[in-house]
Amino acid sequence: MSLLASLAAQAAQPVTPVTSVLVETPSVDWWGLLPLILLAAPAMVLLHASSLLRRVFRGFYATASVGIAGTAAAFAIVQWFRVTDLDGGRGPYTTVASAYTVDGYSVFITVVLCVAVIVSSLVADGYLRREGLDGAETYALLLLSASGGVVMASANDLIVLFLGLEVLSIPVYVLAASHLRRSASQEAGFKYFILGAFASAFFLYGIALVYGATGSTNLGTIRQTLQDDPFVDGGALLLAGAAFLLVGFGFKVAAVPFHAWTPDVYQGAPSPVVSYMASGVKAAGFAGLVRVFDVTLAGQVRDWQPIVVGLAVLTLLGGSVLAVAQTDVKRMLAYSSISHAGFLLVGVAVASPEGAAAVLFYLAAYGLMIGGTFAVVTAVAGPGEQATGIDAFRGLGRRQPMLALGFTVLLFAQTGVPLTSGFFAKFGVIKAAVDGGWYWLAAVAMLSAVVGAFVYLRLVVAMFMVEDIDPHHGDGDVVAATPAPVAMPAALTLALAATVVATLVVGFLPGLLTDLAGDAVPVVLATLP
Amino acid sequence: MTDFLNDWGLTIPTLLPLVAAVVMMLIPKAEEETHKVVALATSLVVAVFGVLLLLNFDFDRTKDLQFAVDIGWIDIIRSRFTIGVDGIALPLILLTMFVVPLVIIYSWNHFPEPHNPKAFLILIMILHTGMLGSFVAQDLILFFVFFEVVLLPMYFMIGVWGGEQRQYASIKFFLYTLFGSALMIVSFLALFVLTGAETFNMVQLAEQVAAREIALSTQVLIFGGMFMGFGIKVPMFPFHTWLPDAHTQAPTQGSVILAAVLLKLGTYGFVRIALPILPDAAIEWAPWIGLLAVIGIIYGALGCLAQTDMKRLIAFSSVAHMGYVMLGIATLTDFGINAAIFGMVAHGLITGMLFFIAGSIKERFHTLEIKRLGGLLKQAPRMGWILGLTTMASLGLPGLAGFWGEFPAILAAYNPAEGLNVTLFRAYMVIAALGTVLAAAYLLWLYQRTAFGEPKEEFAHEHVHDMHVTEWIAWIPMVIAFVVLGLMPGLLFGMMDGAVTNMVRTAFGG
Repeated sequence: MSLLASLAAQAAQPVTPVTSVLVETPSVDWWGLLPLILLAAPAMVLLHASSLLRRVFRGFYATASVGIAGTAAAFAIVQWFRVTDLDGGRGPYTTVASAYTVDGYSVFITVVLCVAVIVSSLVADGYLRREGLDGAETYALLLLSASGGVVMASANDLIVLFLGLEVLSIPVYVLAASHLRRSASQEAGFKYFILGAFASAFFLYGIALVYGATGSTNLGTIRQTLQDDPFVDGGALLLAGAAFLLVGFGFKVAAVPFHAWTPDVYQGAPSPVVSYMASGVKAAGFAGLVRVFDVTLAGQVRDWQPIVVGLAVLTLLGGSVLAVAQTDVKRMLAYSSISHAGFLLVGVAVASPEGAAAVLFYLAAYGLMIGGTFAVVTAVAGPGEQATGIDAFRGLGRRQPMLALGFTVLLFAQTGVPLTSGFFAKFGVIKAAVDGGWYWLAAVAMLSAVVGAFVYLRLVVAMFMVEDIDPHHGDGDVVAATPAPVAMPAALTLALAATVVATLVVGFLPGLLTDLAGDAVPVVLATLP
Repeated sequence: MTDFLNDWGLTIPTLLPLVAAVVMMLIPKAEEETHKVVALATSLVVAVFGVLLLLNFDFDRTKDLQFAVDIGWIDIIRSRFTIGVDGIALPLILLTMFVVPLVIIYSWNHFPEPHNPKAFLILIMILHTGMLGSFVAQDLILFFVFFEVVLLPMYFMIGVWGGEQRQYASIKFFLYTLFGSALMIVSFLALFVLTGAETFNMVQLAEQVAAREIALSTQVLIFGGMFMGFGIKVPMFPFHTWLPDAHTQAPTQGSVILAAVLLKLGTYGFVRIALPILPDAAIEWAPWIGLLAVIGIIYGALGCLAQTDMKRLIAFSSVAHMGYVMLGIATLTDFGINAAIFGMVAHGLITGMLFFIAGSIKERFHTLEIKRLGGLLKQAPRMGWILGLTTMASLGLPGLAGFWGEFPAILAAYNPAEGLNVTLFRAYMVIAALGTVLAAAYLLWLYQRTAFGEPKEEFAHEHVHDMHVTEWIAWIPMVIAFVVLGLMPGLLFGMMDGAVTNMVRTAFGG
């Protein structure tokens, strides 16, 4: 109480220089940081509460996690009206010594991250109990990681961006290894950590070089410096720095050739965590990528664009072609998520407001789709995530038609079939590419989507068009006559239903989301000092 | 009444099947009769709308879009819900509305394994919406959406209710079509961006292209993207290989709809979108389209002669017949395009009918291997006669509808549009005319081997049921339709001529 009182007193009266050293603290707009605080602080509380509370009702931690992420999202939405409605609100602004931006873009990504956490938590609830791992840790780590993602999306300074990147990543390293009794999970965590740390080192080095070239880590200042003098001392230094930053981002968003960790980590990590990795981590990574390259280095577009285009093409083709060769569903989805990252990179590469809006729409739509997809994978894989082969999906259409139908919608959405959100996601990216004159890139993206379609069709075929496993005809020696029905915990069903409905609603009425994504983008491009 | 039709005459029949599909999802699976009644009633209501549209269609101005609706849909990408019907779309809309109820009636007691009428009929309903939507859409994105919507139900129909190789066939069908669509959507977007058009409206885009100087090479490339999308759907040689597999593996109902309507989406796309919007590129492409068309005619016919399976044979005959349609389109003349649209309708009715009969033969003999069949006229004389009449129609006998699709198309190649190489097209004409001889050969040979002579030993003593009631109800309207159109082709030519002539004049000045 006394602490609060003294704080209040400090705020009330102007600080007088009583000591010889004056530390000027930057003004902080707490209201702008609220969604971040609402994610991070309750996560800590949750972690501590779990050690104090002896008995909590079943599903308490998941409920808490959903509630926390929901509250953060709600406050972010309130902020949305403050920063985008230019008539009534104050418009986008930066705070904490211009290190942290609050604009439509960061708010949009915040909501996407919160939704990713909500979906993952709902899926994790049943999963953790099934695997005997129930506890607060997973949820607390998810929330902390999301808070890192929010920082990353809002960062207006490379150091803050790095801070966000680490806060985003470290909990996910732990989460990937959180299944204590599966060696695959341990391996995934280790692999992700090693390669992630490697990527972070690249990223830091990139920051150092960019600082060397421009004399600042503040994105706004960097942009201004480059605008004033495009041929700053050490142009090569800047480009090298940008290249290292790109490598760091490339690891985070799983772009080819920095994707090697993805299949192993996706396969080994617990499915609800993978769901978050594919939706949340990817969203945060792209948020940073767009802000650094499309906004800050907009003047250097001719220098970095060919590289990003090259990455996009490699990622599109590599992801979709390698996905075809997989027989394990989680690996398959890993490669397909790489291919989706390729689409997102196309949106980044065209370096236009349309491209950035398309990336936002894609992230939101894909986050929902992949969240639902991993909900199904979690359920079907069964205890210990044993059944992740395509065979596990055989005959699902007959045994559990509703589950199979929902999964089919999500798979077709990832294929990009009209009347699902996936179609408009791809459409937006392709349109942005064509708008920018990148016809061949648009064609490559669409063709890779066709190759990728094969992957999803294989799953649909397995569910609807193959007979149940015949005990006398199985590939292995002994096959169970009828697989046990897939257990569907209520929370997981809720997550699946919600994502399927959202995928279809956005597919029928894309305007709901395209308008928001469109509003979020020009702001970020226009406001930086 | 007219006001009502003007506002809702196209929207209701297009979306009603989708509503029916949603309703049917809520009805329990066990109530099969309810599902059948709901599906049939829906398709009949849609057909009634078709009749009303026909009665209220202004035949004096077939070139204009009638019953047009234009409302906002996805503002941010400037795509609108623009629908309407003119003389080019009307025959195909009526064909769709005509065939779907017959397919449902045919299905009544004939649901293929694994049965499940609920799912099967829901798929047909979604297909119905997709097909009608593609024909009424006047906005490229709307068209694309419906064009793709068609893909899913057909994929499931082949993949779930199909034959032995159904997985292979269904995936092949899906991927081929998706490959074409992928390039097509890029073309659509390129068109939109290059013209700087306000919307994706087809008419506006055509005007914009005409008004702006877009480099011919760019136009040719954009046309190429559309060509992939539509050409694969037609299907044109060398992209036809999905068709025999899809047809052979699809259940009868799927084959009928595929042949009767789905293939027309490709040729319709050329007539509705590719030619009017990019006439200059069309002139560049026409010789190649004509070449692929005649290769398709000959290759399809030779393919037919080599087949041992009746359904596969009919599938290859589709490749040949669609070759005539594409040849008609490639002439870029009103005469040729009139013939092409007539050919689409005729092929839809006749080949659809052939697939119906093939399905019924398969049901009775459990095989479609031609050498095991024989003596159909003895064992099931009525079905044998209908098969005879249909093969005659298919080979283009004058007096039946098939003739009016093929003969004028060949004739049109004698005198192609200005700017096309006359000698080349006359060569095409000769080759295409040879194709009719081959068509007569394979169809008559097919008929001979399946219907004439004595039944083969293995079936000689089996009792073979001649036509069922549902078959009578489903087939007779089809037969009447192709006989009437054969005797009075003016019914159809009158409907579309104004629109076709206007399109050709606007696009090619001919």
